[in-house]
Amino acid sequence: MNRQAVRLTVNGKPWHGEVPTRLTLVDCLREEVGLTGTHVGCEHGVCGACSVLLDGEPVRSCLMFAVQADGRAITTVEGLAAPDGALSPLQDAFWECHALQCGYCTPGMLIAAHALIARNPAPSDGDIREALAGNLCRCTGYQQIVDAVRLARRRMGEVPP
Amino acid sequence: MSEYRYVGRKRRTKEDRRFITGLGRYVADVTLPGMSHVALVLSPHPAARIGAIDTAAALALPGVQAVVTGAEIARHTNPILHGLALPGVRWYPLAVGQVRYVGEWVVAVVAASRHIAEDAAELVRVDYEPMAWVGDPEAALAPGAPLVHPDHGSNLFYRRTFVWGDVAGDFAKAHHRLASKVYWGRSATVPIETFGVVANWNRGNDLLDVWASIQMPKYPDQMAHCLRLPLNAIRVHYDVDVGGSYGVKRGIKHSVLVGYLARKLLMPVRLIEDRLENMVGGDMHGPDRRFDVTLAFDADGLIRSMKMRALDDIGCYPGRSPLQLAKPVGAIVGPYRIQSVEYEAVAVATNKTSQVAVRGFGQAPTNYAIETAIDRVAAHLGMDRLAVRRRNFIQSHEFPYRIPSGTDYDSGDYDAVLTKTVARAKLEALIARRDALRAEGRLAGIGFATCLEPSGGNGAFEPLFNPANDTTTWMESCQVKVDALGGVTATIATSTAGQGHQTLVATVTGEELGFDPDCIRVVHADSLQALPGNSPVASRMAIMLGGAAAGAARQIKERVLAIAAHNLQRPVDRLVYREGAVFDLDNELRTLNWAELVRIAHRKYHQMPPGMEPGLQASYVWEVPKGGTMPTADGRVQMYPCYSFECHIALVEIDRGTGQVAIRDWFMGHDCGTVINPDIVHGMSYGGIAHGIGAALYEEFAYDENGQLVAGSFVDYLLPSVHEIPEIALVDHCTPSPLTPMGQKGSGESGYLGAPAAVASAVNDALSPLGITIDRLPMHPSRIEQALADKRADMGEREGP
Amino acid sequence: MKAAEFAYARALSVADAVALLAAAAGEAKLIAGGQTLVPLMAMRLARPALLVDIDGIAELNGIAMVGDTLRIGAGTRQAEIERSGLVGREVRLLALAIGHVGHGQIRNRGTIGGSIAHGDPAAELPLVAVTLGATLLTETSAGAGEISARDFYLGPMTTTLPADALITRIDLPIWRGRVGAGFHEMSPRRGDFALAAAAAQVELDGRGRCRRAVIGVGGAAPTPIACADAARLLEGRTLDDTLIAAAASAAAALTEPASDSHGSAEYRRRLTAVLVARALKDAATMARAVP
Repeated sequence: MNRQAVRLTVNGKPWHGEVPTRLTLVDCLREEVGLTGTHVGCEHGVCGACSVLLDGEPVRSCLMFAVQADGRAITTVEGLAAPDGALSPLQDAFWECHALQCGYCTPGMLIAAHALIARNPAPSDGDIREALAGNLCRCTGYQQIVDAVRLARRRMGEVPP
Repeated sequence: MSEYRYVGRKRRTKEDRRFITGLGRYVADVTLPGMSHVALVLSPHPAARIGAIDTAAALALPGVQAVVTGAEIARHTNPILHGLALPGVRWYPLAVGQVRYVGEWVVAVVAASRHIAEDAAELVRVDYEPMAWVGDPEAALAPGAPLVHPDHGSNLFYRRTFVWGDVAGDFAKAHHRLASKVYWGRSATVPIETFGVVANWNRGNDLLDVWASIQMPKYPDQMAHCLRLPLNAIRVHYDVDVGGSYGVKRGIKHSVLVGYLARKLLMPVRLIEDRLENMVGGDMHGPDRRFDVTLAFDADGLIRSMKMRALDDIGCYPGRSPLQLAKPVGAIVGPYRIQSVEYEAVAVATNKTSQVAVRGFGQAPTNYAIETAIDRVAAHLGMDRLAVRRRNFIQSHEFPYRIPSGTDYDSGDYDAVLTKTVARAKLEALIARRDALRAEGRLAGIGFATCLEPSGGNGAFEPLFNPANDTTTWMESCQVKVDALGGVTATIATSTAGQGHQTLVATVTGEELGFDPDCIRVVHADSLQALPGNSPVASRMAIMLGGAAAGAARQIKERVLAIAAHNLQRPVDRLVYREGAVFDLDNELRTLNWAELVRIAHRKYHQMPPGMEPGLQASYVWEVPKGGTMPTADGRVQMYPCYSFECHIALVEIDRGTGQVAIRDWFMGHDCGTVINPDIVHGMSYGGIAHGIGAALYEEFAYDENGQLVAGSFVDYLLPSVHEIPEIALVDHCTPSPLTPMGQKGSGESGYLGAPAAVASAVNDALSPLGITIDRLPMHPSRIEQALADKRADMGEREGP
Repeated sequence: MKAAEFAYARALSVADAVALLAAAAGEAKLIAGGQTLVPLMAMRLARPALLVDIDGIAELNGIAMVGDTLRIGAGTRQAEIERSGLVGREVRLLALAIGHVGHGQIRNRGTIGGSIAHGDPAAELPLVAVTLGATLLTETSAGAGEISARDFYLGPMTTTLPADALITRIDLPIWRGRVGAGFHEMSPRRGDFALAAAAAQVELDGRGRCRRAVIGVGGAAPTPIACADAARLLEGRTLDDTLIAAAASAAAALTEPASDSHGSAEYRRRLTAVLVARALKDAATMARAVP
């Protein structure tokens, strides 16, 4: 099997290894890096369960081979909380609003929502729906997810300058 | 104000924290040293005789450990059990002798990685001799139709006509009779996680360890049967997080295959379906039904009687799916006082992937058929659609209400819930909005559905359809243990697919014991440790697991009171338990606190009441309320115990040019008795509505004229995204059930049971000014636009020369 | 759904990329964003022996206006085009279409050149390129070339691009004056491939009559099509509903749609007329708003 060396920065920590050339980024994260928070849903780029941040931008990690990500920085759901374990405002809002049931799409939803808030701290409801449109959820009907992003938006707006 | 301290209050769930931090543990996260991976060779034909299978090239590939065919599997395992007695229908994980649908598993390849397994699967050569096949269930019943299972001698899996009450007399008396025909297309709940299973044969203990993404009653029992093992040689780990199921995560063939391979190869083996395997051959398609409904009714809208024929295309292997025609018997008249019913249930085999349980176990299609028929009665009489419903609602003072098929509905107030929902929706204004849109030349419509969610999950449909199966209990259990330091741990006998069982049990146990639910730990037993249970199907866990937890917690309280009575030298009826402590009603200073009581139980046997076991623990196995009876000869039975009610009001608009339906507003009134966790119940309702919208507008496992599945990926099988699901307003109402400890009913199927009917009602209302009706789900844009185009052509012709 | 074996090479320059392609003698495939190629490989519908990664080649990136041409490097991310003020101002049709390409996450990786080279007949960017008559600049080891987008597509996912060639840049004409654009597509869900799509751009004269127009249709034929005859109907005339309907019918008549589970050929043809009319109406409205 063809193998290739890959260097990544994952959640702020350097990682390197030799991986099968045909390993997708999501399989690499799960099987080689050992971070199983990122999930595989469809492996053809529709469901968004495998979303990660690639140099800060949300992408589908099933639509990339790990070798393509060589030298890049990846953030997974495991990297969203503060180093001391404190939940991010979005994670906390997801919990508060019960924006999930089975939890399978949740990491991808959180990644998409984090990317939105990072780019636009005061998104409209339309912006929120647009940002989540590439992530499918079968449990929630999306309502409590949208509610959670709204709650995070409101709370982050309340933070004194 | 609620009488409860924790039940019904806003509370963060116990489960969510691990999921938002990426710390859930799903089956694909279970890795064992030396684990091998399975890939499958799928049938490209809807029916073909299997000739030679050449596995040499696959076996020669480095990293390949085994290549297994159906012939081998059939030698070493028993056929998978069906819900019906069908000895001529032998179901093995891999096809034996012939393939019967596109996607059926033919060969399994085991290799060091999934990549290699797929490489090897491509190298397997199978000689097929194509055979005649049948894809249409009506055609499958015709004489001379190709037989899906020749040894069964027919494509009919099940047919029975039930008559409950004086159908002929009621039809004769009624002023009107109106027949309608509707079709519920093949869809499913399609979780984002596919099915997966990992198994390992523990040689030291002769024990098969199984981790699976499972939601299935009697799963270990079925594996044991197929693998010819004692039930106590299988240990299913229920602590695996299941990435969604809503009925479909049955995976029995997957599990038998992987269990067999793990034992054969003496290594851990894992099969995680990929999405293509999942869609085409994962055996997870839902009901695919044609309904003929005739209602007999009077000029004032009173419905006297109903005849319903439901013909379900089961696909290839029946499993439990024909029973999805049986469960609706328990709510066959919906929320209406229909006095007599004739019900013909027909289950037919075709050369398509097998049907499996889907959210509601057949009730959502049945509700769609009933509600459509009700709408047509209203149209026929020129009556308001809600007025017809109200005219026929069972009234709140009539409960318990026995329906013609022998089931008692426990409680409800349908009229009140509808009234509340109409008020919340501002129906008058909504109608005005619809009419304003129509005045602008747009196609707008309002839909209604008023439906029941049978809940509590009894297995009464098993003996109803299969007299050889005399199961009359679908118990559930819970163990509550107080440790030596006073901590409380509850153990449950099931896996969880997002229903929040840990929160449920902690809340109920906390309520009973007076402890903050956050302090109560809830763990999943494995199948060897677990007390009897029947898995979280059938909208049953709030009732059955909640009931079992309450039962166990109450026993703990009884024991604590007994210990206190003995130590305080007071009669039990003069003592009161409050938040862990026991007080003497006659002397407030005489009290024993939790720490003292626990210490006595765990350490001071000399202070225990004589004969009481040491420690402080209780197990409770609860029989389904009103369970325990067999059906009568004419097929009357108490199906499920509790009946939740939902009513939907939806405003939609149809794009004339494209046929696309946009949902503008959605309101759902919901009465599931006492709510234990509002966020969980609301979440299930939102999600159920979204499933229903998918089934009504987007999702279909369509097959082409060659028997090929054309919706085999997420590109063609359209799960609604956040853009397709509107903001939903839920309207809560509570009519407690008299049958459950806290008055709770089920809610796991809520939304889904009425949403498809409501969408259909709204679309047909939008099209009604044009005289068009659509009687087929899903209502694809092309189907709607075609009807509009046909109408234009029709009008053009009539207006022509 | 695991890809078959392949070898991987990262090209550091266009010259590097074409050299790798030439050496692979037709067995290599370029990968930039990979948003279409990777799923095809996962399903083993594509199995190149060598992947040549052109992601990050600086000379393939960028958006610039040169005279009446907007030059977009083939490796430019769709998300960058979406956010580009220059695109929004100068080539409104592209700005309208780009948001329909997949979802945000797809556009963060997908490139304009990749989409155009892949040539899905239902994809938005090939449709825009054909409608506007974009020029595709190419490079092989033998040297540079160029081809009109209107001559580029042969059939579904089939183009005239030689196996050893690379698209380096897409040049889009900029229309000045009272210009408006419209883009409409029908997809079952937002973000899906279109069952049919229509693009239109018009320029009005001082009296509000159509000076020139282009109409393109996607998803309704083996390739995206430019409907020149339909567009010509509009020239010199006022864009009223009757005229727009006539042009839409003329455009729809050019289609050769296929039937599938999402809709019949007849449905797609009717849809085309509806979408062309909507695109033209939007274009006319936008153009009239220009002083």
